[in-house]
Amino acid sequence: MTTADLDSPRQLGQVYSPADKAFRRTAAGIGGTVLVLTASIGAFLGYQAIPTLHRYGLSFFTESQWLPQQDVVGLSAVLVGTVEVALVALVVGFPLALMTALYISEYAPARLKGWFVALIDLMAAVPSIIYGLWGFFFLQPQTIHVSRWLAQHLGWIPIFHVDTDPNSASWAQTRFTASAFIAGLAVSMTVIPLACAVMRGVFAAAPLGEREAALALGATKWGMIRTVVIPFGQGGIIGGTMLALGRALGETVAVLLIISPAFDIKLNILQVGTETTSALIAGLFGEASKAQLSALLTAGFVLFVLTLAVNTVAAVFVNRSRSGAATEI
Amino acid sequence: MTVVNQSPDLAVMSSAPAAPGPDVPRSLSTRSFDDRASWLAAMVGALGIVWVAFQVTGWSGKLGFTLLWFAVYLALYAAVTATGNPRPVVVDRLVAAGVAGGAAVVGLALLSTITYTVQKGWPAFSHWSNFYTETAAGVRPTAPLDQGGILHAIAGTAIQVGIALVISLPLGLGTAVYITEVGGRAAKTVRTVVEAMTALPDVLAGLFTYATLILVVHLDRTGFVAAVALAVTMTPIVARSAEVALRVVPGGLREASLALGASQASTVWRVVLPTARAGLATSLILGIARISGETAPLLIVSGASTYQNLNPFAQPMNSLPLYIFSAVRSGQPNFIARGFGAATVLLALVTVLFALARYLARPKRGNR
Repeated sequence: MTTADLDSPRQLGQVYSPADKAFRRTAAGIGGTVLVLTASIGAFLGYQAIPTLHRYGLSFFTESQWLPQQDVVGLSAVLVGTVEVALVALVVGFPLALMTALYISEYAPARLKGWFVALIDLMAAVPSIIYGLWGFFFLQPQTIHVSRWLAQHLGWIPIFHVDTDPNSASWAQTRFTASAFIAGLAVSMTVIPLACAVMRGVFAAAPLGEREAALALGATKWGMIRTVVIPFGQGGIIGGTMLALGRALGETVAVLLIISPAFDIKLNILQVGTETTSALIAGLFGEASKAQLSALLTAGFVLFVLTLAVNTVAAVFVNRSRSGAATEI
Repeated sequence: MTVVNQSPDLAVMSSAPAAPGPDVPRSLSTRSFDDRASWLAAMVGALGIVWVAFQVTGWSGKLGFTLLWFAVYLALYAAVTATGNPRPVVVDRLVAAGVAGGAAVVGLALLSTITYTVQKGWPAFSHWSNFYTETAAGVRPTAPLDQGGILHAIAGTAIQVGIALVISLPLGLGTAVYITEVGGRAAKTVRTVVEAMTALPDVLAGLFTYATLILVVHLDRTGFVAAVALAVTMTPIVARSAEVALRVVPGGLREASLALGASQASTVWRVVLPTARAGLATSLILGIARISGETAPLLIVSGASTYQNLNPFAQPMNSLPLYIFSAVRSGQPNFIARGFGAATVLLALVTVLFALARYLARPKRGNR
């Protein structure tokens, strides 16, 4: 007998009683059901997409028109619109979410902090149809003036160009309504609380010792935030923004209420008319023919792949920032 | 004896500093008079400058006024601070002002959303006698607000959310128990997939339900199919937040129960779940709040009736989000007003559910 045999660890087997075995099997069964259910969303949409992709091939992604009656369907204009609306939402939403998260975590009076956190959570709980109503009836009549101002002064940049004369006294207001810009503003309301909550979480987890060290070395509050809070929260800032991007790409009702459908690839976001993938699906599904249904399901599959990719990247960043920040005792 | 002699002196010494009261904590605020004064001066000065500028140039617009005021305020604040402070202080104050401004924009946007919805919805919302007791059956979209109501939509939402809850409560809770209590490599996969699914666009839940229940099983667009679509949205949300609630149950409680000879099943049933009761209730309520305003899946799988239909398995059934959607797109002022009334109902419902969830999840004091 060698010493290696003596030192080998004893097998620590665990014997479960029949009741526990049943419990563990039931729980695993439920978990497996949910796994199959959620995973089959992708599988089913993918299965439904096969005939369409087979029929149209690559032209499904290069064609811009959506004319099922003439057997011409394509997603290129819709995908461009989806990205435009999401980018507007992020360009507006990211700085606001970051500032709100910084304010709540660093600047807000301690007494009010809990209330502000609750307000942001409430903002996340407000249904997106309400933001759609707000965007269409409240924001749009005011925002067209901002759009006009942008077109007047920054019209030489292609994205702010509008095919009308913004300087004329009786300017064509309808050229500025229902645009990707206004839809993006409404969508930003749905993504701000999401991004803000993630960012605030990582800011609050920035270690106290380093904060106090920075202050003790004579840093101002902003100096402390710049050198401690933001570097520690970097993963959360990126992850929260990616989550917001995923949400913005898939936002449906708020966009559907505001935009008027247009199927041309254009970069001028201030001009009337655009289309996003989810709004296309929700808007056309009610009165769709059989061929169109399968095209819409294919669009759904594309949206699924797109958002899943974005969300997976986001999850990687958020999880990386989380590890080490919270230690298990 | 010497101790006794010294006691009067000690008493005098200890009573002298006690005069202002027992242990008043010193204010740790680092804001000086200079800070406050320069802030106020910049605010008021900027307001004056911008007002004069608007009077002189004939500019107009509330938004432009506010933005210009904020810009001039930042410039003045920086200038005033720079007269008596080094550069890092100027930057610090500017950033603080900018960050507070950004937060204020978000707060104002939320406030305007709520007040605008309630203000536009109030005319219909306040018709207590008919808005909540009648349906839209036989009521023309142009009819005045004292005819017809949204009872059918409220009932439809209640039934659909109820069915969705019955489906997703066991699934979501069971998944959370599986992930936290059973564990293993498979549980990690489940957790990753569930987490990915919570962030998926809600319209896809509708498409999935359509592709399975309507295309394959050949069901009609009934309330039950709508409820299944809602359950598909809700299950990952409940599973994920319930998992968070179960994860914070101290491991010591589980070990104490197991050490006393309890089986794992009864440990979960009698120790883990009761301990996490408040967190679980919160996760459920937030799930309900989320799906009661869910519109996109319903646009795909649900029909919309104008009459009261309490049977989820036959005939289309209306719901609050669908009613709002069709009302505001009708173009009829009275129908739009009803839509806003229904939106106010939805907003009130979500707010009440949210407040309830916060109340249940409130931190316990002196209860440990």
